[in-house]
Amino acid sequence: MRDTLHETSVEALLPSPRPVQLLDPTGAPVEQSGTRRPYAMPSADRLQDVWRHMVLGRRFDLQATALTKQGRLAVYPSSRGQEACQVGAIRSLTARDWVFPTYRESMALVTRGIDPAEVLALLRGSAHCGYDPLAQRTAAQCTPLATQLVHAAGTAYGLKRRGEDCVALGFIGDGATSEGDFHEALNFAAVFDAPAIFFVQNNKYAISVPLSKQTKAPSLAYKAIGYGVACEQVDGNDPAAVMAVMDAALDHCRSGRGPFLIEAHTYRLDAHTNADDASRYRSGDEVTAWLERDPIARLEAYLRASGLLNDDQANAVRQEAEALATDLRDRMNTDPEVDPMSLFDNVFASPTPQVAEARAMVEAEMHAEMQAAEEVTR
Amino acid sequence: MTTIDAPAPAVAGPTTLTFAKAINQALRDAMTADDDVLVFGEDVGTLGGVFRVTDGLTRDFGEDRCFDTPLAESGIVGFAIGLCYTGFRPVVEMQFDAFAYPAFEQIASHVAKMHNRTGGKVTLPMVIRVPYAGGIGGVEHHCDSSEGYYAHTPGLKVYTPATPQDAYWMLREAIADPDPVIFMEPKALYWSKAEVDTSSPVEPVGRAAVRRPGKEVTLISYGPSVPLALKAADAAEQEGWDVEVIDLRSIVPLDDETVLASVRRTGRCVVVSEAQGFAGVAGELASRISERCFHSLEAPVLRVSGLPTPYPAPMLEHTYLPGVDRILDAIDRLQFDDQPDTTFSEGARG
Repeated sequence: MRDTLHETSVEALLPSPRPVQLLDPTGAPVEQSGTRRPYAMPSADRLQDVWRHMVLGRRFDLQATALTKQGRLAVYPSSRGQEACQVGAIRSLTARDWVFPTYRESMALVTRGIDPAEVLALLRGSAHCGYDPLAQRTAAQCTPLATQLVHAAGTAYGLKRRGEDCVALGFIGDGATSEGDFHEALNFAAVFDAPAIFFVQNNKYAISVPLSKQTKAPSLAYKAIGYGVACEQVDGNDPAAVMAVMDAALDHCRSGRGPFLIEAHTYRLDAHTNADDASRYRSGDEVTAWLERDPIARLEAYLRASGLLNDDQANAVRQEAEALATDLRDRMNTDPEVDPMSLFDNVFASPTPQVAEARAMVEAEMHAEMQAAEEVTR
Repeated sequence: MTTIDAPAPAVAGPTTLTFAKAINQALRDAMTADDDVLVFGEDVGTLGGVFRVTDGLTRDFGEDRCFDTPLAESGIVGFAIGLCYTGFRPVVEMQFDAFAYPAFEQIASHVAKMHNRTGGKVTLPMVIRVPYAGGIGGVEHHCDSSEGYYAHTPGLKVYTPATPQDAYWMLREAIADPDPVIFMEPKALYWSKAEVDTSSPVEPVGRAAVRRPGKEVTLISYGPSVPLALKAADAAEQEGWDVEVIDLRSIVPLDDETVLASVRRTGRCVVVSEAQGFAGVAGELASRISERCFHSLEAPVLRVSGLPTPYPAPMLEHTYLPGVDRILDAIDRLQFDDQPDTTFSEGARG
């Protein structure tokens, strides 16, 4: 009987020494060398598909930010600049795989095919979750950091127990890798050989706290090794590389080799949310440098150079994006109707006497208000 | 009440069981009835739990159904949430009351709220077993009465059985319930023995039990305090008081009806809890009764509870825990004619 140490070699777990990159910032293909695993350029179809979804995703993101300025959204955490991560990861999954998002993954959920208005219910303030997590195989967007990763580990184990050839993918940012649940999730997923992918979008800041004050680790990917979890780091602004690494992670999980962690090096171009001022904690030069690594422009350059995208096709996608934004704007410009009595729905599957009593009290209050209003009109 | 669609339990008809064995039997019968019931936590497998509550489950149901996990309470509860998404019904153990605190974020932020957060789309039919309270000479962090934290969190059901019969049926109902249940097991009662009928529930969860009828004073208790309240009622009888003892059985949902009907008849009430009194479940009971039975009351509702200090080292346990004498003192104070108001302040009598 094996007593303490598992037989996995550290070598097999290590990430590549440098983030995997298939396209350089100008869109030129990068010769693969020195990576831990072989990575191949995704097919032309998939590259065209991911480019289209990145364009749609960015337009959605810009529209959502604009809606905060019009008072239509209570708050919006932008993910502009992180399109390759969110879109690349989601487009690599099947609809049967599960996703455990944070509040920043609105773009990912829209890419998954969830109605943008339903995705924005949380941030609009009309509901905590506007879609059906079971039907969409997408958990409610999670605000407490890293807590959803242990759910992802449990669901991944459940999928394995059910014999479903599916994975559970949990998104987090760099700050969340400091949370206890990040460690518990990796450990549980590893011990139970659960097909979970932990996707860390290292966008360099946890609200205002830079990575250097978050961790002393040489790379966030390395955190996986201590748990016996295989990992990889990838250029998070290179959609081709994100998809190639996702393919490796999916293959790893689906072949029963347990969980996988991806650290994607990327950058959040906007503030943490519309409510904070990023100029207090980072320089304009830094932002400008990252604008030059734009994931959409990078892939577009490659697609055009390879004859996979022409002006007509690009214009068609951009028109599609405008239509999406217009539709979203129109729908968000109406006031949502929220029934006050729904407060008491779904506290429990069947209400306790105490919930029923509170409900009766509010019902009586509303009835009295209505009567008073009627008397005034008379 | 939750309906239980279960084949006949393995042990049919009345049988004498300890409290711990009754829980073990409930787990067995629930696991037999439903393949999706999973039992996991720290030490619940090969060892059978530090209190042997899960004894033999891994042997009889296999490691897929009852298994040990890494030592991480937040992970245990979060993993259970994830398993609910794929249709399982997890029953997890927290080993000791105070060890559950690392899981509190998962419990308060997700277990309690997931049904509500998702507009009713997701249910979490999970049970979190928490061996709690003192009286066993346990060292620090092994004797907390943490029920108030859970009861104060909307969305959690909080059960606390006081008899082997209730331990069996309330756990069966907790497992069958689509809502998450915090199942508080009074450690000091694990070795108590009584007849258990596994063929049908005596009372549905959500209804308090009148453990001893009486006309002059209502003693309200739950979990570890029920045997104490019964003892105090017997002693009070010697002093000429006819005391009714109510066992709440569940704190959420709370059976106001049984409590209020009793106090309206007796006009006097003492709430007994092992948890410290300040801002706790006993205070909630006192408030509810004052709000609803003011005109029936002959005296203020009194609390006899643990002290507003951290749970003490074992050698001071007997001073900390409410005892028969403190309850008798409280009952005496209910005559209240010659008592200044200040006497009623909580904890004044030590």
